[in-house]
Amino acid sequence: MARRGGWIGFALLCTLVASVGVTIVYAEGGQPQLEGLLLAVALGGIALALVGWAKAFMPHGPHVEERERVPSEIVHRPDVIQYVDEGAEEIGRRRFLARLLGLAVLALGGAAVFPIRSLGSAPGRSLFKTAWKPGVRAVREDGTFVRASEVAVDSILTVFPEGHTEDGDSPAVLIHLPEGLYRAPPHRADWSPQGFVAFSKLCTHAGCPVGLYQAPSKQLFCPCHQSVFDVIDGARPTSGPATRPLPQLPIAIDGSGFIVAAGDFSDPVGPGFWNRDRT
Amino acid sequence: MIRRLYKWFDDRLGASEFTEHALKKVFPDHWSFMLGEIALYCFVVLVATGIFLGLFFDPTSTKVTYHGPYLPLNGVPMSRAYESVVNLSFGVRAGLVMRQIHHWAALVFIASIVVHLCRIYFTGAFRRPREINWVIGVTLLLLGIFNGFTGYSMPDDLLSGTGLRIAYSVALSIPVVGTWIAFLVFGGEFPSNAIIGRLFFTHVFLVPAALGALIGVHLAIIWRQKHTQFPGRLEREDNVVGTHLWPTYAAKSVALFLGVFATLSAIGGLVQINPVWLYGPFRPEQVTSPAQPDWFLGWIEGALRLFPSFEVRALGFEIPSVFYPAVLVPGLTFMLLYAWPFLEAWVTGDHGPHHLLDRPRDRPVRTALGAATLTFYAMLFFSASNDLIAKGPAVPVDTVTMIFLTLVFALPPVVAFGTYKLMRSLRDQTVKALSGTTSTPGKFAPRS
Repeated sequence: MARRGGWIGFALLCTLVASVGVTIVYAEGGQPQLEGLLLAVALGGIALALVGWAKAFMPHGPHVEERERVPSEIVHRPDVIQYVDEGAEEIGRRRFLARLLGLAVLALGGAAVFPIRSLGSAPGRSLFKTAWKPGVRAVREDGTFVRASEVAVDSILTVFPEGHTEDGDSPAVLIHLPEGLYRAPPHRADWSPQGFVAFSKLCTHAGCPVGLYQAPSKQLFCPCHQSVFDVIDGARPTSGPATRPLPQLPIAIDGSGFIVAAGDFSDPVGPGFWNRDRT
Repeated sequence: MIRRLYKWFDDRLGASEFTEHALKKVFPDHWSFMLGEIALYCFVVLVATGIFLGLFFDPTSTKVTYHGPYLPLNGVPMSRAYESVVNLSFGVRAGLVMRQIHHWAALVFIASIVVHLCRIYFTGAFRRPREINWVIGVTLLLLGIFNGFTGYSMPDDLLSGTGLRIAYSVALSIPVVGTWIAFLVFGGEFPSNAIIGRLFFTHVFLVPAALGALIGVHLAIIWRQKHTQFPGRLEREDNVVGTHLWPTYAAKSVALFLGVFATLSAIGGLVQINPVWLYGPFRPEQVTSPAQPDWFLGWIEGALRLFPSFEVRALGFEIPSVFYPAVLVPGLTFMLLYAWPFLEAWVTGDHGPHHLLDRPRDRPVRTALGAATLTFYAMLFFSASNDLIAKGPAVPVDTVTMIFLTLVFALPPVVAFGTYKLMRSLRDQTVKALSGTTSTPGKFAPRS
């Protein structure tokens, strides 16, 4: 017992020292590792002391407590049910008024739901379009224009419509393929001048940016759920959970040699939604 | 002094009868009963550290340019929210340790709820009359996971922004009303300026208030119904055996709280977590690689990665591929969890009250089903690392995904069968050891 007492005393002493320690560390400018460690010793000291104390010096029983019957059916339940029934009967007797009350509460509830509508704008057609329009110049994240001659073959660049670098739906990847390699889907023959192709950067699975490009295999990878898109084949998904190709952005090179859009993306960008095919 | 104070209150409240009853309340002494308490004390630590953090976090999307003590981000444009988290980590004394304790506490909070749930499940503690507390407990788990997500989504760093983007996509995927839900929750098309403020209010007020209230009800019901206990020499259906609240159990419980806090402090101080300054601020066109959620969402992330390239499209409408793994799987999971006590009572026809616990071996079928279910979710959880696992032996991610897809469905039945056999043999051994005494095989075997 005396030895137990000694240990408890030691643990409490640890708390004392560590508490002073953590105060000093804080006063000296703070240091996260030391703060955490000293706090742990301070708290743990009392914890161990209390456990030792309880084990050595406190009553352990075993104490036994009776468990009373939980269902109160014998005495109270019938009374309560009857009392409620009587009250309800009183209300029910005024049948018309009771129905009107129900209707009024329902109407009130309906009216109370409407403020939810204020939480956000209507989806409308906003998921079907982005800021890309014919003639809009492509810019880098820092807002600079993209000259076709600056993008080397097999390199990739993230581009935005001018003035919309913060948009969530507009980012596109611009890839310079070796000329003649791209197998354009039907009606997109003139969407990829000089081997330049552009696709939405948003994965058609869950909307993550398709950030990784492997130049030798011409594949785009999504780091979130490992969908793979074959750039040469119209960015068709070849593996992983994605079901649709990345929407293509029709591009052109303007008179000054800058990359411009020739229209909006071929399809709504990003993940699927209920009425996505209702274009 | 305390005595006089007590008298003062008792004169006004007449609380002595209740107080005596409370102080002599009996708590069983089994280690597995601490699990729920650990969750409770994590919640206390979360509230305490969260109050500190809330005084520094600025939940606004206004763009600023960083100029502060963390030099690698100098001159980088970012939201005020992200800036305030970086400042809290490097510019506020004890800020980083508070953040890290808070984050670790959240992880342990949900982990201890899950382990506590397993204890309740495998010992049959959910049976009548404790179905209400089971339902509340499952709700606490749901709210805990939700608040974990809102918490790590607030700092507006690149990783959390990616998580929010996925959450937005999941909302969009809901048939008919998905686009409306996504736009109402996010305040418009992603990324909106409204979302961080909404996450903040939800994270620090709405959900904690609900958690606090439900924890209160959970405890009040335990108090009213009293604890379950394993059968033993003294333990019967109509009593509770253990130690009185005062002083022994109180001392132990306070010690457990301090021990939990101490452990979280040590981990929070020594083990880095969610270093948002390394991820950088959120940009809609950027992404971290690898990108994974906190552990408690790993099973949904794994389901997203395993689910094959599939969607339903008909009559011009579609139910996109993320709907099945990210809405349907979690929806069914929680429906099954909520329904379990009623489902089991319906199947076994056992509608009577139970205060004595089963040992897992006493219920081989239940135990086998539980083990199989855990295996299923564990496989989903590990699938969330398919890219990292593939990196080790340098095999294609596809191969790893296929292996996990097989394991997710093949392993649970194997585990169920093995567990069933093991439980049966353990039970038979117990019965054999007791033969000679009057035993009721399959019901329960006394512990000592």
